[in-house]
Amino acid sequence: MSTFLQQLVNGISLGSTYAVFAMGCTLIFGVLNIVNMAQGAFFMGGAYFGLEAAQLGLPAPLALVVALLGGGLLGVLSELVIFRTLRARGGHRWMGLVASLALARMLVGVAQEAFGTQVQRYPASPLLQISWEFGGVRVQFLQVVILVVSLLLMAALAFLLQRSSVGRAIRTVAFSEDVARIVGVPVGRTILITFFLAGALAGASGMLLGNLFNVVSPFMGEQMLVKGLTVIILGGLGNVPGAVAGGFLLGLIEVFSVAYVSSSFRDAIGFGLIFVILLVKPNGLFSSFEERRA
Amino acid sequence: MKRTTLALLLSAAGAIGFAGLAKAETPVKIGIVQATSGGSAALYGVMQKNGAELAIDEINASGKLGDYKLIGIHQDDGGDRGQTVNVFQRLINQEKVAVILGPTLTTSAFAADPIAQKAGVPVIASSNTAPGVPEIGDYIFRTSPPEAMVFPGVLAYVKKKFAPKTAAQIYGIDDVLMKSAYAVHKKALESEGIKIVSTETFQKGDVDYSAQLTKIKAANPDILVIGGLAEETANIVRQARQLGIPPSTVIMGANAAISNKLAELAGAAANGFVVGAGWFINYDSPTNKAFLDGYRKKYNSDPDTFAAQAYTSVYVVADAVKRAGGVSDLKKFRDAIAATKDLEANNGKFSFDEHREPVIQPKVLVMKDGKFTLATD
Repeated sequence: MSTFLQQLVNGISLGSTYAVFAMGCTLIFGVLNIVNMAQGAFFMGGAYFGLEAAQLGLPAPLALVVALLGGGLLGVLSELVIFRTLRARGGHRWMGLVASLALARMLVGVAQEAFGTQVQRYPASPLLQISWEFGGVRVQFLQVVILVVSLLLMAALAFLLQRSSVGRAIRTVAFSEDVARIVGVPVGRTILITFFLAGALAGASGMLLGNLFNVVSPFMGEQMLVKGLTVIILGGLGNVPGAVAGGFLLGLIEVFSVAYVSSSFRDAIGFGLIFVILLVKPNGLFSSFEERRA
Repeated sequence: MKRTTLALLLSAAGAIGFAGLAKAETPVKIGIVQATSGGSAALYGVMQKNGAELAIDEINASGKLGDYKLIGIHQDDGGDRGQTVNVFQRLINQEKVAVILGPTLTTSAFAADPIAQKAGVPVIASSNTAPGVPEIGDYIFRTSPPEAMVFPGVLAYVKKKFAPKTAAQIYGIDDVLMKSAYAVHKKALESEGIKIVSTETFQKGDVDYSAQLTKIKAANPDILVIGGLAEETANIVRQARQLGIPPSTVIMGANAAISNKLAELAGAAANGFVVGAGWFINYDSPTNKAFLDGYRKKYNSDPDTFAAQAYTSVYVVADAVKRAGGVSDLKKFRDAIAATKDLEANNGKFSFDEHREPVIQPKVLVMKDGKFTLATD
């Protein structure tokens, strides 16, 4: 029993980082109908922004803000340099996909040059060593913090999308760019804000995962991007609450496939699920949430 | 007819010109194929490049090779075996190197070493530890002791000291080196009569090992054997302790886990981590002291096992150049490398056995306060 509960804790903790990352991916998709392949690189960038800030002696909450802003900045950059330019020239949206893949490779290259290829870690802190044990189940202080931060980010995004004028603008653009233009929504600015939010979420999850697993490397975003795409298919493309649920679900599926099937099948089961979902429920597991699309 | 004469004349002139040069200095080109980019591989590649270049500088400065001058030509293969093949071809066909040191990864060795074997250019690896590398051909050597030569000794030490009854294994399933390390570990555990109660795997790029380690914790083994590179091993060790695998469970690693990075990434959790090595930083000998001093002076940091083994590789080359009287005949040069015996190296006397494997005394290291220390029984 305690093993089961421990695996539950492991899965939720892993899932929270997936959820935050996938929210960014799905937001972009929901608004622009494109997949931004550079989200993984923003995730990596955010981890390095946070790391640099932490190494300068900034406390963790401020470092997280730096990671957020840094990731957001990269998001804005990708819109200004790539997506906006391509849209202005009437480029097909596949061009954006390929161009964003190129941007991701470039950012990885820059990180390799700037920080080296070796794995780095966040500065050790006694606070991070704290853990509690309940009937054989270990819960780390860090896991709790990351879960809380993830939930706060999710709540903040939900609030922003549902209750603020920016959110209304984003949802209008998501519905139709033409309609948005007719009702006077500044489309260009709204898209820019969306890219900022998506980048910021990627950056924040980069720092969260970097802290949780003690790993910061130029290549950390590549695997995460694949996970993010899995999650948004699970949750339904463009479906923000679906991405949150899908993130936790993927974390749990991965952990429990190791726990009760075999560790060699971890990814096979996660990715195998994509096929099943696409065949059975192509709109994602949570397609009843469709009306809540961003 | 006329053309042939001209060609003969030209080549004669060339030969004379070359001979004139040779009087002053005969270059011995050494290809150094080490990954200095590309994730985990670079961790080992940079160290070996450093070790080899230090030895080349030392030997050239000492004048012990007389007119022969060692010239290191480094090529980065990024830990990618396709790239290793390209680099080998360039070094052999264009640079005409006498010997290649490397490559960093065993996977690359299996792809590229046959090219050198076919061309008759000796290869000396200093980080390939999987079985079967020197078996590629009679021109392939290594100064890195294979896992099978090191691990049984380490296990014997652990068995004597902790009397373990059960073991768990975790290893990287998509890495040639780690899969073979796993097989070596398994065989050694079985022959020591230690029962394997849990076997788990992970893949390159994984960062979360908590699910596997929770399963291992439930199996409650006396020892945990990790088949992983340094960065992976560090994270597994740290997460194992975080999940409450008790200190009474001794954690052991593969040869490849020896890196100064391990302690940095794992922190205090790495205390008591046991691993076997061919070289050890505090090994007390004048040769090792000279190596350490030279390395620290040149690079401002401490070397690791792989730097030490690459350094030894270059001294093996220099020794063979001397005995073979140059590298104009690569067959003779290869035979001289194969005949290396009792060379004074930074880990004691160094020889090659008939399978072109290093003959050394493996050392058991235990991590203590962030440093590998020689195990005392």
